[in-house]
Amino acid sequence: MTESVTPVVSMDAITKTFPGVKALDSVQLDLYAGQVTALVGENGAGKSTTVKILTGIYQPDEGTIRIDGDPIRFANANAAGDAGITAIHQETVLFDELSVAENIFLGHAPRNTFGLIDSRAMHEAASKLLESIGAMFSSRTKLRDLGIANKHLVAIARALSVDARVVIMDEPTAALSHKEISELYELIETLKTQGKAILFISHKFDEIFRIADHYVVFRDGAFVDKGLIADISQDALVEMMVGRTVDHIFPEREATVASDVLKVINYGHPTEFADISFTLKAGEILGFYGLVGAGRSEFMQSLFGITRPSSGVCEINGKTCNIRSPADAIANGIVYVPEDRGKQGAIIGLPIFQNITLPSLGQTSKSGFLRLVEEFKLAREYSERLDLRAASLDQDVGNLSGGNQQKVVIAKWLATRPQVIILDEPTKGVDIGSKAAVHDFMAELAAQGLSIIMVSSEIPEIIGMSDRVIVMRDGRIEVELSDKKLSPETLVRHAAGITTTPQMAEV
Amino acid sequence: MLPRVIPVRELILSIAILALLVLISARFAGFAAPSNLLNVFNDTAPLIILALGQMVVILTRCIDLSVAANLALTGMVVAMINVAMPGLPIPVILTIAILLGAIMGAINGLLVWKLAIPPIVVTLGTMTVFRGIIFLISDGKWVNAHEMSDAFTGFPRTTVLGLPMLSWVAILAVVIFGIMMARTSLGRAIFAVGGNPHAAVYAGINVGKTQFLAFVLSGALAGLTGYLWVARYAVAYVDIAGGFELEVVAACVIGGISIAGGIGSVGGAVLGAIFLGVVKNALPVINISPFWQLAISGSAILIAVAFNARAGKTKGRIILKSAEGST
Amino acid sequence: MTETATQTRHIPDRLNSRAHSVFRSWEALLLAVAVAIFIVNSFTSPYFLNAWNLSDATFNFTEKAMIAFAMAMLIIAGEIDLSVASIIALASTAMGLAVQYGAGTTELVAIGLIVGIMCGAFNAFFVTVLGLPSIVVTIGTMSLFRGISFIILGDGAFRGYPSDFAWFGQGYVFWVITVEMVIFVILAAIYGVLLHKTNFGRAVYAIGNNPTGALFSGIRVQRVKFILFLLTGLMSGLAAICLTSRLGSTRPSIATGMELEVVTMVVLGGVNILGGSGSIPGVVIAAFVMGLVTFGLGLLNVPGIVMSIFIGLLLIGVIALPRMWSIINARRHKP
Repeated sequence: MTESVTPVVSMDAITKTFPGVKALDSVQLDLYAGQVTALVGENGAGKSTTVKILTGIYQPDEGTIRIDGDPIRFANANAAGDAGITAIHQETVLFDELSVAENIFLGHAPRNTFGLIDSRAMHEAASKLLESIGAMFSSRTKLRDLGIANKHLVAIARALSVDARVVIMDEPTAALSHKEISELYELIETLKTQGKAILFISHKFDEIFRIADHYVVFRDGAFVDKGLIADISQDALVEMMVGRTVDHIFPEREATVASDVLKVINYGHPTEFADISFTLKAGEILGFYGLVGAGRSEFMQSLFGITRPSSGVCEINGKTCNIRSPADAIANGIVYVPEDRGKQGAIIGLPIFQNITLPSLGQTSKSGFLRLVEEFKLAREYSERLDLRAASLDQDVGNLSGGNQQKVVIAKWLATRPQVIILDEPTKGVDIGSKAAVHDFMAELAAQGLSIIMVSSEIPEIIGMSDRVIVMRDGRIEVELSDKKLSPETLVRHAAGITTTPQMAEV
Repeated sequence: MLPRVIPVRELILSIAILALLVLISARFAGFAAPSNLLNVFNDTAPLIILALGQMVVILTRCIDLSVAANLALTGMVVAMINVAMPGLPIPVILTIAILLGAIMGAINGLLVWKLAIPPIVVTLGTMTVFRGIIFLISDGKWVNAHEMSDAFTGFPRTTVLGLPMLSWVAILAVVIFGIMMARTSLGRAIFAVGGNPHAAVYAGINVGKTQFLAFVLSGALAGLTGYLWVARYAVAYVDIAGGFELEVVAACVIGGISIAGGIGSVGGAVLGAIFLGVVKNALPVINISPFWQLAISGSAILIAVAFNARAGKTKGRIILKSAEGST
Repeated sequence: MTETATQTRHIPDRLNSRAHSVFRSWEALLLAVAVAIFIVNSFTSPYFLNAWNLSDATFNFTEKAMIAFAMAMLIIAGEIDLSVASIIALASTAMGLAVQYGAGTTELVAIGLIVGIMCGAFNAFFVTVLGLPSIVVTIGTMSLFRGISFIILGDGAFRGYPSDFAWFGQGYVFWVITVEMVIFVILAAIYGVLLHKTNFGRAVYAIGNNPTGALFSGIRVQRVKFILFLLTGLMSGLAAICLTSRLGSTRPSIATGMELEVVTMVVLGGVNILGGSGSIPGVVIAAFVMGLVTFGLGLLNVPGIVMSIFIGLLLIGVIALPRMWSIINARRHKP
């Protein structure tokens, strides 16, 4: 661990406090030229605060940042950029209405003698950069006409355009397909040979062990350990991250022998999915696997009435139901826990009990008039069942932690006494410690006879939890797998459509 | 999707204006004569100038409803200055007008930037305050033509190379704003702030400050127009340009500037203003009562916003491969 | 998040008593302001504390407040209607037109309300069916509705309303209590119950805080918004009846700029202009505050346009002052 070389950037004893929370408590982090350092930690460990401090969005309360050993302060994002630090963010944060070249050079475009932006020089430089990272589109394309993977390339080109010495990649692979991920790996190798110091943040351990040279572990805002990836095992790293050993054992479940609850026949949509047919039994967990953009969420939202299918029939307990809105879906016993919790799940600004009773006002109210006593009763029943941690039921749901917000959303749906619950990426962004709790709870619900559809991109979760798995690709059902046929290899092969040439549809 | 090489919105709007001209010419041949078109342009010049400022503000996800009141207040102030000091040269008057307008814009901008008050609330408020101040300083009285100096009223009408100065000022403003939006970092920042304020922060752009500058620009143009307006009509009173802010917003909306920010162009704003200018000037020519104008510009706003939303809605995700999509 | 579940934990319904939160609310502050203005006014002008003068003063706000109730719900739901004053103009013009064809009071009331609802439906169509931003749509209809009035009336005016039509804007129910005041009180009660005590009101809050989340929770978002625009149109129609009855004539410029005063009243009442929070009691008190201020300044012979400066400053001030206060506080508490 003793390094003779001076790190390009080093954070020393950095502390950052927000009202009520110590986000970072005297942490340290070193990044070396030509090497990849993986920052590992659960949600809430302080990773994104670290990124924001390194990029000048936040200023630390205490501690020193050093560049080549010299202390420095970043007053704002520009100062960090001038020091050669650049970040590629979780969601590609770029501008749809500007051209690719303008996106790359926003804030540091080449100027002509009048101090105006030199458009030709800018496009030339942009084309050169795009070529160097293997991008196949013109620098004059408007960003909104590009797909996610290509937008990512623009973000990387932007990072390279400032002649960055330090590149921060915050979950860069979250929205990418397998092919795109391997292209990203190649790119990282190129950056390494160019001598860039790379900070790599990811939840995926296979990626970390594939690409990183060093690791740094944070837990609850505090520094835990650092070292060489070559010297540590995956299990040891996980243990340091969560502070205890985590056995990844999925709950034991009895195979169900029950009647069909939900039957979907030939669901289709003009552009998003086609020919979706399947059945779901009482107490069954049906997994939906596929690559990002395979149309799983789109189909689920259509089943829930957000978008209308162009064709198809949906039967609940043998009765055909016409679902034209979420209200219809809820009335028919189908509920949906969305992937985007902040936007589609909890209603920040309303108190906990009002969030929980929102879809159940029909039962708690009397001829359209609210009855608060009934609302509190219902809300209490389900929040206690989910072991919600809150000061009071009239507290704004926005004051809860992410995990507890998720509990409120689930409580909201269970309070409607549904027959089918659709969980879209139920453990995405949930830390390892809480994952097991979510899985146990799903098993418990299924045991009580609730039918569950689980959309997930995590192979262990899909295999560990599902009775059957439907694999989707390009908006269609590729295959249905169960029992022995259910293996990581078959899942990946079908999801990628490996019998033909693997190619992702550019969105 | 159409290739984005041709700015589709501007093209459609140009065609609409041409069609309008052809229609009017059918009823009254003289309308499309070059000399008359120049008159129409000159008449529309204040709207064009204000639309440029409003465009910048709307691009940053704000709105400035105080432009007409700003215009009227600046107009009154420079008119009163002219009465008090008739010898003051026009460049000084112009500078005062622009500065005064910019200060009023800065007040809007500061309230939006530093106190994060929604722009619509700020400018609704300052709109009434500015109008009220005109009453306070003028005591409700008019400044009439005979009180103003000849140089003061003559400037917008001075003809240079066949065009009145009013038109030249508008052209100059269009050129400056065209260069600013396309070729300066402020122009890029304005688009970035409106298109994705979250990302703009990461690109090192100060969102609030950019919005502040947008309001200052809008205010400066309103001040400039204030002098031109008062000089051209040779009268200043409390209610001049009453409700004109709506026409300015209308010009922007018709010109395809998205009220949600980030989308729009100088060309669009200018064409939107010219469209309204042509309609306004054509009404008396084809014997339609000028009382129709308000309803027509209202309808034009609705049609334009509906049309623009439709054009932008082709964004849906296409997952199914087109070859297979023929089911 | 990582604690393991033990036994069931009890979560209290409320941390603070309701009385406690009422006491610390915006409404309480506003009420104190209203009382202060009342006291100041009664000292500065001898004509203030007179039942008939006070009764006259209520006309300053009753018509605006009718619209403000519906507007408050619309703004809480995250939309806005800037066309309300123009709806008044159009509804009033329609009534004036009907008078020329011999319509009686019943027909006039029906026409006023129906035109209001139709204008509301027109706005609602563009906003909910076509999905356009309400601020642009209603800036457009603001021109369109009043524009139609101008087309019909030009620079003329409609007069000759039947004598019993005057009851709405000039009548008294008993002693100094005006018809408009009674309508105001009844509407305040209805809207208070609708927003605070019904499922519909809860849906309005949910939509204002998070429209997508509300949709995903099974709220029929577009339907709720449609109804809110209809209500705003209906209230504008009602205000048109009262105002026309009070003035006894219709010009196309009737109620010009009233949308600003309605929005000011709503914002002053503590409704968040960005949606999600606010209350009807707040709007009621704000109506009284604005009425008292206008009346008090009127007694001091302050011209209308100067009062509008005051309204404008009030609009910005009520939002700006608390924010400036919190910024100053934050600075002071920093080491």
